[in-house]
Amino acid sequence: MAKAKNETPAVTTYADYEVIQPPNKLKKAVVKAAAAAAPGDDPVARAEAALAELSNEFSSWMDTECERLIQTRQALKRAGINATTRDELFRAAHDIKGEAETFGFPLAGQVADSLCRLIEHSPEFDRIPAELIDQHVDAVRAIIREAHLKDAEATANRLSTRLRQVTDDFLAHENRHRPDYLDGILAPPLSPEEQG
Amino acid sequence: MIRIDFNRLRFLIIDDNTHMRRILRTLLHGFGTREVYEAEDGAAGLEAFTHYMPDIVLTDWAMPIFDGLELTQMIRQPGANANPYVPIIMLTGHSEKKRVIAARDAGVTEFLAKPISAKALYQRILNIVANPRPFIRTRTYFGPDRRRNVNPNYVGPERRKGGKADIIRQQSLLNKAKAPV
Repeated sequence: MAKAKNETPAVTTYADYEVIQPPNKLKKAVVKAAAAAAPGDDPVARAEAALAELSNEFSSWMDTECERLIQTRQALKRAGINATTRDELFRAAHDIKGEAETFGFPLAGQVADSLCRLIEHSPEFDRIPAELIDQHVDAVRAIIREAHLKDAEATANRLSTRLRQVTDDFLAHENRHRPDYLDGILAPPLSPEEQG
Repeated sequence: MIRIDFNRLRFLIIDDNTHMRRILRTLLHGFGTREVYEAEDGAAGLEAFTHYMPDIVLTDWAMPIFDGLELTQMIRQPGANANPYVPIIMLTGHSEKKRVIAARDAGVTEFLAKPISAKALYQRILNIVANPRPFIRTRTYFGPDRRRNVNPNYVGPERRKGGKADIIRQQSLLNKAKAPV
């Protein structure tokens, strides 16, 4: 176990708040320009190259994530709607949403995003049509399995766009009595620059 | 210009998804880090945090047992652990404004929406190392200063009391209306 050094932060107290300057433990990792590495030694490029080496595994990882989504859908049908089956379906979709673009399947990620929105923003989960959940899961599977086919991207694009439209229409109807909430979920997400 | 010697930094990755942990580990090793520890849920993450004393924590939001937001709130408890000031990067598929604000208000240092890239992750780490922010403690908040910049155009009451600028003077509505756009 690592030991913590006993360093005291500097504290300035005001009427209803304190400003605390913690000891800068990360200063040890700062390298000034003069001591910087040779030109061409780019850590970002190195990391991208390392990721590229890993990329031959991405397709099978995507299959694994897709299979997990299918299993959670089956569990939902078998055990019915409860907090566990709902959360597992959401987490499986949410993981695909976060990973699919890195794995080379961005449109599968968009469909998974639509499924996440459907689950997260429906006031009553059991009012979501089962067909709409099925369509999302089947679309993710089809986009991944048929990615090698000619025109697959155009078809996947249409499928993704349509499912998002149907989902937004459903959410608009289900949240029609909560206009403020509806405004929040229909607003565009923050851009990476805004996220700081 | 500065660079980071990643070899001198110890990271803890907390994510329930094994693929995402592998990606993050690969990126960090690519940057030059040697010490990378992993945990697969919030509870194991808190234990690993106490045990390994990482310099920087990377955590997912949606996880079983307790999530990344709850984990952050537990770490940001003054006196509860050896380093409540540890920089925390929240990596998540959630990018809605209310989520970003919730993460900020829990004490997250940096927010990184998935899909992640080597460049975006590097920039967050660089910002943490090169521009550490002071911490603020109020009755309801303990965490990195949420004011990243001073906005010269801000008009409104100063919410922090007791400093030199207790009140920021508001331009009168009449003057505002007169001012050329």
